[in-house]
Parts: sequence; C-alpha cells; structure tokens
Amino acid sequence: MNTRIFSRLTLFAFLTLAAACSEFEPAARESDTLLDGPVEGLSEAENQHFLKGDAAFNTDVFTSANGLGPLFVATSCGSCHAGDGKGHPFTTLTRFGQSDERGNLFLTMGGPQLQHRAIPGYTPESIPSGAPYSKFTPPANTGLGFLDAVADEEILSWADPDDLDGDGISGVANWIRLKGYVTPREGSVEKDEKYIGRFGKKGATYDLLQQTVTAYNQDIGITTTYEPYDTYSGLETDPEIPNQRVNDVVFYLKTLKAPIARGEKDELVSGAQIFSTTGCAKCHRPEMKTGNSSINALAHKVFAPYSDLLLHDMGPGLDDGYTEGSAKTYEWRTPPLWGLGLSKNSQGGKYFLLHDGRAGSIEEAILLHGGEAAQVKDRYVSLSADDKTKLIQFLENL
Amino acid sequence: MKRPLLFGILLLLLLNFRASGQIDSTLLRRTPKDTTKLLLNMDAVYNRPFLSVGKVPVAVGGYVEANWQHLGTDGVSEGHQFQMRRLTLFIASTISRRIKFLSEIEFEDGTKEINIEFASVDFEFHPLLNLRGGVIMNPIGAFNQNHDGPKWEFIDRPVSATQMLPATWSNVGFGLYGKLYKKDWVYAYEVYLTNGFDDQIISNTQNKTFLPATKLNTDRFEESFNGEPLITAKVALRNKRIGELGLSYMGGVYNKFQEDGLIIDKKRRVDTWAVDFTSTVPATNTYIRAEWAFVHVDIPDSYSQQYGKRQVGGYMDVVQPIRRGSLLGFEKSVINAAVRIEYVDWNKGTFIETGGNIREDFFSVVPGISWRPTSQTVVRLNYRYNWQVDILGNPASKTAGFQFGFSSYF
Repeated sequence: MNTRIFSRLTLFAFLTLAAACSEFEPAARESDTLLDGPVEGLSEAENQHFLKGDAAFNTDVFTSANGLGPLFVATSCGSCHAGDGKGHPFTTLTRFGQSDERGNLFLTMGGPQLQHRAIPGYTPESIPSGAPYSKFTPPANTGLGFLDAVADEEILSWADPDDLDGDGISGVANWIRLKGYVTPREGSVEKDEKYIGRFGKKGATYDLLQQTVTAYNQDIGITTTYEPYDTYSGLETDPEIPNQRVNDVVFYLKTLKAPIARGEKDELVSGAQIFSTTGCAKCHRPEMKTGNSSINALAHKVFAPYSDLLLHDMGPGLDDGYTEGSAKTYEWRTPPLWGLGLSKNSQGGKYFLLHDGRAGSIEEAILLHGGEAAQVKDRYVSLSADDKTKLIQFLENL
Repeated sequence: MKRPLLFGILLLLLLNFRASGQIDSTLLRRTPKDTTKLLLNMDAVYNRPFLSVGKVPVAVGGYVEANWQHLGTDGVSEGHQFQMRRLTLFIASTISRRIKFLSEIEFEDGTKEINIEFASVDFEFHPLLNLRGGVIMNPIGAFNQNHDGPKWEFIDRPVSATQMLPATWSNVGFGLYGKLYKKDWVYAYEVYLTNGFDDQIISNTQNKTFLPATKLNTDRFEESFNGEPLITAKVALRNKRIGELGLSYMGGVYNKFQEDGLIIDKKRRVDTWAVDFTSTVPATNTYIRAEWAFVHVDIPDSYSQQYGKRQVGGYMDVVQPIRRGSLLGFEKSVINAAVRIEYVDWNKGTFIETGGNIREDFFSVVPGISWRPTSQTVVRLNYRYNWQVDILGNPASKTAGFQFGFSSYF
C-alpha cells in the first residue's frame, strides 16, 4: 500500500475514533428502569454530598481489618441493597426476642438481630431457644427521603384505629421510644414520650439516621458514636467509622430518587382504577405530600409511594410471633409499592416479596394478604382474568 | 528501605547508560534470542532482548507500555484516559558459565507500584537439575512467567490471570527446574517452595475471593504470613509442530492459624490448578494461546458467601498475521488481527438460602488489531466489551470502549 495513503487513512481513522468513541460504548439504561440516582433538583453542593454517600454506601467494603464483625450479616451496605433495590434472601435479616409491648426479652442473648455470620475463628450467633423470631428481606432504598419528610399529622390523618369509617381497615401508628441520638423532626407528634416510627417492616425505626447506624451496627458489626456497643462482646468500643461517613450515607438515602412509573398511560389508568376499586389503595395510598425539609428538592412535594406508613393487621398467615415497638406480631407497616416491578432486577431475576421474601410473585403476595386485607384479597380473587392482568401490570410498572 | 534501594539501582543504571553514551554505539550488542532450542513459557524470563556493552558480563533491558483509552460503563464514561501502565527494567548477569542472575523491576502506573518481580540466581548442575533462589515468579499458568507487554496483542492483561490468579505473582523462595530434549519434544518441570498467601484473599475491599489481595502485604518478601510454604509445581511439554501444554499447581495454607503458640483458627488452604496451551497453526500461521484455571479456597461455612470457595476462569487469544512486509519504512513489519475471549466465575456455588446459583461472573470479548514494526515493538488498537454480573445474577453491567497504545522492549 502506498505509504502516504496508508498514513492518511490511519490518521483519519484515529480522528474519527477519538471523536466518536462514545458511540461504541454501552448506552445508559432508561432512568425508569433504575432505582439508583439522585432526586432531581439537588444543588451542586448537594450533588457532591450525594456522591460521597454513594461511595460510602456502594463502594465501602468492610473486612476484619476495618471493623467487620466479628459477627455480622453482610460485608457492605450494597450487599443487601443491590442497585438500591430490594434484597435477596442471601442477606435476609433475622430479628428475634420480642413478642409483645414488654419489649425485647433477649437483648442479653444477642437480640434484637441475629448475626449468623462470623469472621474466621469466631462462632456466629444462633437463635436462643424459645425466642420468637421473624425474617426480614432488605427493602429498597429509593425515595426514602420523601417518606422521611412527610409530616406526622399527615400520617395520623390516615390512621383509623377503631375503624370508625367501617371499611374494615384500621391503620395504626407504631409509637416508639427514641434512641438518645435521635432528634425529633420539627412538628413531630409526641404521645407518652413516644414518637411515630415510619421505617422498617414493623415501622419501628424513627428516621434514616437511626436506620443507618443500626444497620452499620447490627448488619455489619460496625460501631459508631451513635451505636458504640460491639455486637459480639457487648462492650463499648471506639467508633469504627466517623460521623461524617454516617452523615454522608444518611444524605445519600434521603436524596435517592423515587422510582419512576413506567408503561403505557392507558394501561396505568385502567390498572389504577382496579387498584382503587378493589380497595388496595386504602392502605397502599397512591399519593402523599412532604412537609418542610432542609433539602429543597424534597420540600412540599407530592409523590406516589403506595403506602400509608401505618401498621395493619395482616392476619395469622403473616403472624411470625415476633414484633418491634408497639406493633402486634400480626401487624406490619404497609410497604411502599413503588419500584415493585424492578425488584427482580435487584433480587437476581426473581421476586422475593412480603417481609421475608416468601412470595415468589406479585399475585402470590396478594393472595397471602389476610386480616384487614382479607376482603381486599377476596375482591382481587373475584376479578376477571383480564382485570387481574391489568392490576398486576399496573403494579409491575409502579 | 526498599524504595531508596530501587532508586539506587535506577541511578546506577542511568549512570551506566550515560557512560555507554560516550562509547562507540557499535559496541552495544544485542543478545540474540536463542532460537536453536524449543523454548517454553518457563524460559520467558531469560528469553528477552538484552543489551550488553562490549565484554561486560552484565546485560540490561526492559520494556515500556503506555496507552490511551475511552471506556464507558452503562452510559457513564470517565472520558479520555492516558495511562503509563508499566516501565520494567531487567538486569541480567552471567556470574560464571553455569551461574547466572536476572532481576526484573517494575514501575506500574507511574510510581504507584514499584515491585521486584524477579531477582534470582540460577545454578545449573545438569540440564535436568537447576537450582533457583531469590524472588521467583511462581509458575502457575503460563501468563505469570510470560507476561511482558510486547509479547501480547492486547493492552489489558487477561483478567483470569491477573485477578483470579494473581499475576504477576512473585515470592521469595527456592526451587528446582530442569528440561529434557528428545528430538521434536521437550519435557520440563519446575517446583518451588516460597512464602505464600495471607488471609486478605478472603478479606478484602473487592468483596470477593481475590488472590491478588495478598500483594498488598509488602512484608511477604521478608517473612511468611503463617510459616507454611507455598508449593508451586509445573510440568510442561512441547512439540515442535504441535505446541506447548503446561499443567501447574500452586497451593498452601493461607491463614494465620496460630500466634505466640496459641491456636487461633484451623489451617485453611488455598489450592489452584491451571492448564495452558500455546500453539501456532502451521498452515495459516495462526497463533493460539489459552489458559484455564481453577481456585479452591477453604472458607468457613459461617463466613460470608460473598467470598467464593471455588473460582474458575480463563482466556483464549487468537492472533492471525494478515500482512507482512515493509510498511512506513519498517521493513519487517507485521499487522495482526487478534481476538481475546475471557471468562471468570468469581464464585462458583449455590446460595445456602435459596439453592440458586451464585453468579459474580465476568465475560469479555476483545477484538483488536496490532502492528509490529519490529519484533520488539507492538502498537495495539483494541475494542473491549465486558459483561459483569453481580453475585445475585442481576442484569449485567456492561463496559466497552477503545484502547490504543504501544508496548516495546528497549
């Protein structure tokens, strides 16, 4: 080949390559198929804070050299919440020791959480004989900041402990005592020195700071100034991560975006109507509004979590005999349904639904509803096949 | 203590070059490659283009590699990256007719990592019985001993060889090796006892069983982590017409099981096996190089399943010369088309909780084109496409992009 032609062709090829190289790289997934990413409207400084929390949550891996265990459940935050979605039974938590409002009677025997893994040379915990227990599959992290910013009055406005409206649904708040390091939100409602818990399967966690430091401590075996007691020895130890790291993760969790609904609009409208007429929406409320927030992007926003953050009697089928806070063993906090259809993308291609992942499909999860939800389930059972399909499609696209 | 020593060696080298610059360059002599014998992967450390001065019994050499790349993962790219991957220096010396020394000092990513990868004295008692001692490269697989950049058509080293197996993997120790030539065949063995791994292989920030994590322990050239030797053994055979087949094993206790005379854990082993094959198809001159390896680590059942007990992976490179001859004034240049396929399953097993497969696997395809203006220099253009699946088997994370760079002996 003529040298001059070869040189020119090579130069042209490289210039083309340098200019167009991005075209040969994998495209970003559609944002409505992802659960991670920040809420819209963060400032540049907030974006930087989000990225620090993102790194701490998804990149930090704990080993025996930097504080893991010695007893633990998982080695990182991301192990339980792949892509910020629902977790897999591999990292299911086992809580034990409490069956009523007397509190946890097994705190001196390793409660409230089982650390069933241990670094080599150590023996992991087992559930003490006679202790009631329940298994909790890790929830999705998305949109937690919106849920955190809802005013207590709004949550209480949906409660109907005595079922005064006679619809068979009687949501109640889980009134909990606050940990010493937790500061009540502005305008919080207090009752007998207790406050409304809104996070966790039983709604026994007040806010995302408590959620974060408890997870570090009980899931990974990491002590902080907030939770300074080692889960193995029970002794107070030096903090294994700084407060700044905790704050970064809390900020990250607060500013993760809410899941984006997908699907054709007509299908969503049709499915939403069935969702409402069957009574699902009485607990899985499609609309909420945030109150004040120090993060502008979260303040006074209307959003659609499909939850009421209240406890409901789910019947004997879902009564594991274990509870937290003031909840009864058969009561569960209404889990948000947003992002439900994306669960498979974080659970290894299968559904593991309900509190312990026992339901392998959305329909199975519906059919396992009991207690207050029994009549709603019955209405679902009596739907036509077409309407059932529309409803399931609607749920998958939330 | 190690860095000043390395800088001292470098300074001496530079002074040597400076002194060489004052003499007639025709006195600089390339040590010709030995092409009279059947060479094996184990010969790679000495089968390099060294440069010597006059009758001085010291030869020096090295290679350098640098590249540009633009990779993106699921729509996010770090943009244009320019990387100085390696500067490697060799010093070889013939101490006597049957005693020789060779060292290889590598600077990776600028000065981010400075390693003595090889520094051994070889005593030849008989072709079948040679003693090697010092910092040796454990002969697991083929890549670890035959890793020089200019020999490869790909900018990235094989993932299975460098991240599952820990190439480049060097340790202090002693061992024996030998070769037997019979007509078109050569048979060879190597066996070494060295310091070994440590418990970082199952306790690291990669969050997976990761043998290279031990390389963070810079004390391993001074003391064994647990006092148990790592055994590495390889047998290889080569036929002039068919190619080379190697079978290798490396294993030992990786954890600290006692301290100050107290038992703190049971002895836990890591065992690795590899098979490698190298051949050239005579009819087409197609060059094929493949390696497949297995890792087994004794991990307590009560530890996290995040750390796999079994790993498996390998790669295959196919290189096809498509043009030989003069190009841009380089008389003996060669243009090759090449492709690499590689796969690693970081965690082979099933979840205790569900019985489902544990994934955590990696697959990549890397087509490329290379130009060798001389036999010692390669200019490479690669297009890499990776699929990385997490431990649960969620949708794969995809990474792809172009890489362009060179690697050259000097």
